[in-house]
Amino acid sequence: MPEGTQVTNSKTNAAPKVNGDIILEARNITKIFPGTLALDDVSFDVRKGKVNVLIGENGAGKSTLMKILVGVEKPTNGKILLDGEEITLNSTLDAARLGIGIIFQELNLCANMSVVDNVFLAREICQNGVINRKEQREQAEELIERLGQDISPDALVGDLRIGQQQIIEIAKALAQDARILIMDEPTSALSFTEVEVLFKVINELKARGVAIIYISHKLEEILQIGDHVTILRDGKKVTEAETQNINIPWMIEEMVGRNPAALFTRKERPLGDVLLKVEGLTLPRAGGGYLLDHVSFELREGEILGFYGLMGAGRTDLVDALAGARPLATGNIWLDGKPVLGTSVAERIEAGFVLVPEDRQRYGLVEPLSVLDNMLLSSLKNYLKGFFLARSKEKTAVEKQIKDLSIRVANPQQPITALSGGNQQKVVVAKGLLTHPKVLLLDEPTRGIDVGAKSEIFEIMNQMAEQKYGVIFISSEIKEVLAMSDRILVMTKGVITGEFSHQNATEEGLVVASALDSPLEWRKEIWNRKVNQ
Amino acid sequence: MEQESKPMKTEEQTKKRSITKTDVQQFLLRGRTFIALILVLVFFTSMSPQFISTANIVIMSKHVAIYALLAIGMTFVILTGGIDLSVGSIVGLTAMIAGGLINEGIIIPQLGVILYPHTWMVIVISLAVGTFMGTISGWVITRFNVAPFIATLGMLYVARGMAGLRNNGYTFANLVGRPEYGNTGFELLGAGSFLGINYSIWIMIVFALIAYFVSSRLPFGRHVYSIGGNEDTADLSGVRVNRTKIIVYSISGFCSAMVGLVIASQLVASHPMTGDTYELTAIAAVVLGGTSLAGGRGSVGGTIIGAFVIGVLTDGLVMLGVSSFWQNVIKGIVIVLAVIIDQVQQRMQERIALQEQQEIK
Repeated sequence: MPEGTQVTNSKTNAAPKVNGDIILEARNITKIFPGTLALDDVSFDVRKGKVNVLIGENGAGKSTLMKILVGVEKPTNGKILLDGEEITLNSTLDAARLGIGIIFQELNLCANMSVVDNVFLAREICQNGVINRKEQREQAEELIERLGQDISPDALVGDLRIGQQQIIEIAKALAQDARILIMDEPTSALSFTEVEVLFKVINELKARGVAIIYISHKLEEILQIGDHVTILRDGKKVTEAETQNINIPWMIEEMVGRNPAALFTRKERPLGDVLLKVEGLTLPRAGGGYLLDHVSFELREGEILGFYGLMGAGRTDLVDALAGARPLATGNIWLDGKPVLGTSVAERIEAGFVLVPEDRQRYGLVEPLSVLDNMLLSSLKNYLKGFFLARSKEKTAVEKQIKDLSIRVANPQQPITALSGGNQQKVVVAKGLLTHPKVLLLDEPTRGIDVGAKSEIFEIMNQMAEQKYGVIFISSEIKEVLAMSDRILVMTKGVITGEFSHQNATEEGLVVASALDSPLEWRKEIWNRKVNQ
Repeated sequence: MEQESKPMKTEEQTKKRSITKTDVQQFLLRGRTFIALILVLVFFTSMSPQFISTANIVIMSKHVAIYALLAIGMTFVILTGGIDLSVGSIVGLTAMIAGGLINEGIIIPQLGVILYPHTWMVIVISLAVGTFMGTISGWVITRFNVAPFIATLGMLYVARGMAGLRNNGYTFANLVGRPEYGNTGFELLGAGSFLGINYSIWIMIVFALIAYFVSSRLPFGRHVYSIGGNEDTADLSGVRVNRTKIIVYSISGFCSAMVGLVIASQLVASHPMTGDTYELTAIAAVVLGGTSLAGGRGSVGGTIIGAFVIGVLTDGLVMLGVSSFWQNVIKGIVIVLAVIIDQVQQRMQERIALQEQQEIK
């Protein structure tokens, strides 16, 4: 249906008063991934010359919506209108041709190439088909200067600090001269001054009429730079507002929602002695800086210690380092009062650590193998009779686990792929338990499994804690962390930025702590909160 | 802004002065293939004075030209993170195609005539066949998402089989053509020379220059490097990944066809087993030249030097009368050693970059 620029159609009367011209419009977008509804009938307007902010918790659907707007994903339902005309995007190339550029959340650079080559990748400036290196260099230099940096255009991107790489990513998007520029967490690795420069550039772009879509977890930042805020929760659009009319508590409330689901119940239980003590655990980042920056904490017997944080905060690196999967990690670890010296995964399993990894398919399971083979993979040497594996011993051990964890499987010889996600996850947990660990490291154990399986996993966690295991539990779902943990640590950029007991932990508190930038800021913030209470 | 950038520069200068030792190490490690080439040359010259004679150099550079041509095509493939195992077989197939065209022509049974194409046409058709075989490999890899190793392994068998089928396993001998058919002169490609330098060497030089230009100055070259560096990024940036990959295998096929023609012409005969196991030599030359098998890192220049090292080493060992078994042992060790040094250099580079950042902090 052809339509003017003014919103007169009755179908779109949900849109609030028009503030600036709408250039891009996502209308009633639904996106279904196998097993999940990522976006549910979401409409999103992008205004010219404005910073259009999109916020929501991890998994709320922000990145999916952006991927649809640049043609990386296709919507299951709904349409996209540019200047009032419907468009179909099959690739980022299509989007770029229409003037839609994006700065992706994960850095999308070729580490093996120079800064200039990255900035102009697939958009080389050519003269008679030959790259005009002088022109490219000059333009790249200009862009870098505009971003207030002193990076050589010939430097290899892989040799740059992660913050500098993000600047290059921004420069790459600016080089496109887009009419609509999507920035997905552009400041996650930037320092304070670098953020200031970026904001200056954003204001310049706004003045030139560029529409900016801005995604960030840093709520103060949004109040500073944003014009219009749209909030997503669980794949649905919750609300939208002008930034001048809102404040941080309101945003958090809307993001988190007011339905504290009492799905998961934690059992009160007494805690034992200190089981695990970690001091100064440090892991350098390849591009400079730290993935883990001198992390110290303690874990008691029978304690479930939750870790909350945004993506890339260092939680996974932490459990990987404890499990021995990060050989470069340094620091002191004591288990049961004894120093843990071994550095390989095998030695750490021997010592009593076991990891249930975040990516179940890739690191947790060997797909062509059966349920039985997967479950015994870490503890094969316990089932030896001489040189051979004793089938009967294997079977008894596996059947006991299947019963204990109520894994629904017809026969242990079934291929692991025949099981549902939740049952696969239980097999991974069983594999860990068979090594007779002391500390269980559960990295997003509930990702991608349905609610019923989730509560079963939580039941297993409760059982383990009762049996005096120490449980470290990572989840990006704030409600799970709040419900299950005896104590919660929040991480940001490899630093622990908040500690909460089960009693005094709130969603707001965790969200604030996870978006804090520097230890100084979080100390101030926490102090303020204590004073207010 | 000015004030900010100035102290940075002086800092850099002082740093440059202070880390000269690592600079020297880096320089030696980076130029390692070239240094190895010089060492090999010096060693063989001191062992056998004829090594540096004009006659020997001519023979050696002919061999080097063949390895280098294959390795140039292979470099593009490996830069994208792929591999082409079919080059040796395509050499054999195109040699047989050329030989057949010269000796038997194109038979058109419906008209009862035999067309004898001009020598130039023979060359063009053979090159087209080689390129086409490469294109098929690239198409299979991108269209059906087959691992390059498997797709080109398949092509290795198919092309070699077709080479045998062309003349039931027999050789096409005496490829001189006949004046009355107007298809003479094929042997010139292998025997002829310009300014006293054999054509095959000229071909290598021209191919190397073009390849260097394409890889460093054309958008296509950048796309090749970006695919090897990070295929997802390349795709999201708008690089036509599949098309680039297909072209890369076509280039490799084209280079293989060129080698098939050169060898057939040098021997004035084509045998179905021509070029057997040459793919391994080509890969070795590329790796020796500092190109990473993971893709994204390396250069045509390095490959050429790598081809020289392999060629000189082989011929030198032959001259010294080293048994062919020992030759293989030595070549094997040299190749693995080259990659070990490559890894050492990379780790050192990373360490230096990390150090620099910490100093800035």
